Amino acid sequence: MASGAQEKQYTPSLLSFFIYNPTFGPREGEEEKKILFYHPSEVEKNEKIRNVGLCEAIVQFTRTFCPTKPAKSLHTQKNRQFFFEPEEHFWIVMVVRNPMIEKPNKDGKPPAIEYQEEEILDTVYGAVVRQCYSMYKLFNGTFGRAMEAGGVELLIQKLEKFFYRYLQTLHLQSCDLLDVFGGISFFPLDKMTYLKIQSFVNRVEESLSLIKYTAFLYNDQLIWSGLEQDDMRILYKYLTTSLFPRHSEPELAGRDSPLRPEVTGNLLHYGRFLTGPTNLKDPEAKFRFPKIFVSAEEGYEELHLIVYKAMSAAACFMISATVELTREFCEQLDSLVGPQLTLLASDICEQFTINRRISGPEKEPQFKFIYFNHMNLAEKSTIHMRKTASVCLTSVHPDLMKILGDINCDFARFDEDEEIIVKAMTDYWVVGKKSDQRELYVILNQKNANLILVNEEVKRLCATQFNNIFFLD
Amino acid sequence: MAEEHYLELSENPVQFEHASSVNNVFFDEANKQVFAVRSGGATGVVVKGPDDKCSVAFRMDDKGEVKCIKFSIGNKILAVQRTLKSVDFINFIPDYPHTEFTQECKTKNANILGFCWTSWNEIVFITDQGIEFYQVFPDKRSLKLLKSQSINVNWYQYCPETAVILLSTTVQGNVLQPFAFRNGTMTKMSKFEIELPVIPKPAKLSLSERDIAMATIYGQLYVMYLKHHSRTVNSPGAEVVLYHLPRDGTCKKSHVLKLNMTGKFALNIVDNLVVVHHQSSQTSLIFDIKLKEPDCAVNSHQPVLPARSIHPYRIPLSGPAAVPTQPPVPCQLYSSSWSVFQPDIIISASEGYLWYLQVKLPPTVHLLQDKGKLMDFLLRRRDCKMVILSVCSQILEGQEKASLPVVATVFDKLNQVYKEYLEAEQSYAAATESGTSRGGAAQKRPVRTQAVIDQSDMYTHVLSSFTERKDVTHKFIIAVVMEYIRSLNQYQITVQHYLYELVIKTLVQNNLFYMLHQFLQYHVLSDSKPLACLLLSLESTYPPAHQLSLDMLKRLSTANDEIVEVLLSKQQVLGALRFIRSVGGHDNVSARKFLDAARQTGDQMLFYTVFRSFQQRNQRLRGNPSFNPGEHCEEHVAHFKQLFGEQALMKPSTV
Repeated sequence: MASGAQEKQYTPSLLSFFIYNPTFGPREGEEEKKILFYHPSEVEKNEKIRNVGLCEAIVQFTRTFCPTKPAKSLHTQKNRQFFFEPEEHFWIVMVVRNPMIEKPNKDGKPPAIEYQEEEILDTVYGAVVRQCYSMYKLFNGTFGRAMEAGGVELLIQKLEKFFYRYLQTLHLQSCDLLDVFGGISFFPLDKMTYLKIQSFVNRVEESLSLIKYTAFLYNDQLIWSGLEQDDMRILYKYLTTSLFPRHSEPELAGRDSPLRPEVTGNLLHYGRFLTGPTNLKDPEAKFRFPKIFVSAEEGYEELHLIVYKAMSAAACFMISATVELTREFCEQLDSLVGPQLTLLASDICEQFTINRRISGPEKEPQFKFIYFNHMNLAEKSTIHMRKTASVCLTSVHPDLMKILGDINCDFARFDEDEEIIVKAMTDYWVVGKKSDQRELYVILNQKNANLILVNEEVKRLCATQFNNIFFLD
Repeated sequence: MAEEHYLELSENPVQFEHASSVNNVFFDEANKQVFAVRSGGATGVVVKGPDDKCSVAFRMDDKGEVKCIKFSIGNKILAVQRTLKSVDFINFIPDYPHTEFTQECKTKNANILGFCWTSWNEIVFITDQGIEFYQVFPDKRSLKLLKSQSINVNWYQYCPETAVILLSTTVQGNVLQPFAFRNGTMTKMSKFEIELPVIPKPAKLSLSERDIAMATIYGQLYVMYLKHHSRTVNSPGAEVVLYHLPRDGTCKKSHVLKLNMTGKFALNIVDNLVVVHHQSSQTSLIFDIKLKEPDCAVNSHQPVLPARSIHPYRIPLSGPAAVPTQPPVPCQLYSSSWSVFQPDIIISASEGYLWYLQVKLPPTVHLLQDKGKLMDFLLRRRDCKMVILSVCSQILEGQEKASLPVVATVFDKLNQVYKEYLEAEQSYAAATESGTSRGGAAQKRPVRTQAVIDQSDMYTHVLSSFTERKDVTHKFIIAVVMEYIRSLNQYQITVQHYLYELVIKTLVQNNLFYMLHQFLQYHVLSDSKPLACLLLSLESTYPPAHQLSLDMLKRLSTANDEIVEVLLSKQQVLGALRFIRSVGGHDNVSARKFLDAARQTGDQMLFYTVFRSFQQRNQRLRGNPSFNPGEHCEEHVAHFKQLFGEQALMKPSTV
């Protein structure tokens, strides 16, 4: 390391992403028809066909070993491929380049590249692929639906439109255990304030009877969902990783701050639409809202998604897409919800600070942990910083994150309750616990700790943080 | 049109011989007795009271026309005024001399305006020159003057409930001087002046006795002044002005009731409501002085309800002479022969009836559209419970269904009263607990009025049937029950388990498990063993209920046995063992229960582990690894031997 040249580290990155259906071009010479979407699009046609053909062959070949569970991923030295069949015959493939280290070579030779093929986890990126599909489905419905509505042309169009933008927002380098969980962070709240929110939701749904479902969030954390769990999970993902950050960044930057109180009647309020019209008073304002698809008794239902925010409180109102939303409706909603939501937001904030004060100044916890409950998808992480649109920051070394992922894979293999303690590099210890449907991962950094000490520490953490749930020691 | 008459005459009036040339009728407000005096008493005096016990019949000598006749409290002594100067007394106490005795008023040249009994043997003479307070000694047939006060008196009024006499003084008569009587003492209260609409010139008596009445409303004494409409003052109608008369302190003008009409009026007090009868329109108005009027000046009141007449009344032809086929005769209401007495008495001397005026609550429900105001009104009434509950049902069902904010307002009003009662009960309980040591006046046990509508009332009469209804959306049902729970929480009232059950039942019936899950997550449905058991029973339809239930049992911290049972039933034997050890109950659990469960799993290693663990426990507790006969583990010992051989058993340590 005497020379000025340094090692260069490359994080995992997206090489390609494609969707195909082998039944669309079964004959020779028609292979191109199978391809519904291919990124990057500038790849030469024959290469696209080759790559798709390879995937097809691998899936077909591995099927002979286990017909019920087709191949999920393919590990190679340079990259890793993930296969996912969300609907019959429709395949999504994502190819990720392994992280690598570029070592400068003396004598002006080209640098040596060392691929770290074991550094990325199948579970994490498998989850990313599934998330891609869920997100597409949230805004477009199933592939089958597009086929029914307008054949392959429409599907191709929709895939192009959606994934062109969506893939740019994938940040593969920062994917980790939380992507595997796809959890929801719930806002801690006292009973009375929670009941007030219930009351608010019920009243709004009663007076604006068009509203079919409502979800309520505060500080990007969920408080109430009228949607079913799986739909809420993906909507929550969209809200917290895409919609909210998009709107909060200009606020933080301070440029043309939209936080000017609106006056309706004699009530001052801070309510505004995050979807739909940015300014109700604009005569040119369009009253178009994004449409989402959620599960219903018969298949799917299409809904308008209205996201309305006042200070840190956000309410999502969902209305059947068969209804056309008018200016009058939006004005009515604004004047009804704006003042109430503003009041509620300050109530929650006040209550939250009171509770904080009662529980005492939060000491900087010595341990960082991730908690996840499969039953209600509740997740809690002291490892992750606030998510922004661009990056999800973690406060621990990627190697530790990988250990967490590995433990999680171990847990997934068995149904039994388990506990795994790992001694990592330097003074780090990683503890994974699984009890019934809950998983807890703790990272401890303690000099000269031993197994018994670490075990005691984790017990203490459970006793303070999780004393109100049944979590076996 | 629904029934609208919200006032009615009592069904069983006091009947007496109607007034005639030979029969004089008197009414005593203190004992609420009607005296029918025939021929000056010579042919009989019949006294009828509110119940049969108060009814008496007797004869007395005709010593001239009777001006006033009243029993002392408890019918002990009868006082009869026949002249302007004196009052005669007759003992009604057995074994006492029955011959009449007489007391002349002490003041020279004074005329007696009347008299009032203030106890069984104390009487006040009111003369035009003052008042004289006497004690009567029936055995000695004499009276002793306790106190007197000279003052010019135009007329007087007596409120028997509070034993306060009000004297009209000065030339115009509008300066009122109250006196209070209690246990042989007479207290002069501070005098006050009634504002007259016009000051007459030259001065003359301008305040009539008919326009003043005294009554207690919500436990406070008020002087009510019927202020007639005057053409010179720009007012839309007559008013009733209420002067609050506290026992100590000065009298203040406190409320103005706007009648918006002119003409002849009469006042009653029923159930703390001021009832104003209007003769020419034959209607009555009611006022509630506690009902705040948002759009009126301070303490100015509009009628609670639109004016309506008293419910038509038919006089039943009773007695042996009555022919069954003969229909009852309609009674003329608001007749000019009616006399109205405080608080709630209406007498028709010409027909021989005494009625109590009553308020009927059901018709008010439709007349008062503002449900919040209606609740305020109903909660202060005596027989309100069933009406309130019916209003609650009404606002949840059918055409008159109210919006959620209205429902919330109604719930909040009910729970406020409910909470106040619970708090009073609590402080009473606390006081009685520590009461003996502290001494002093013992606190009175709080009275539970009908306005206290508790959770069980709401459940039985409103919510349980409402949640069963098919024509109401589940969304509305859940919203309503949650609103009720919110309201209870707001008033910090512990929510009863059956309300939670109602929520859960409704959610489960509609497959809204995720909502249920969220409610439990935020502890909106408070923890309890029954609730945890209910959740356990849902596990087959909603698997996460298992986790929710275990969490709840854990938080209760008194349900460790239940947790063990749940885990064992799930064959999580090791989990159960670890749990019971973590809570320190390991030494006392039944080994048999665990061994049974372990054996059932068919997992031999598990059985081995559990068995050895209990052997170790035995060793630690008793110094011997073997099981006591009382533990009934012989079967498992045999099983263990059979599986792993005799040598695998832990041997008693030989230390």
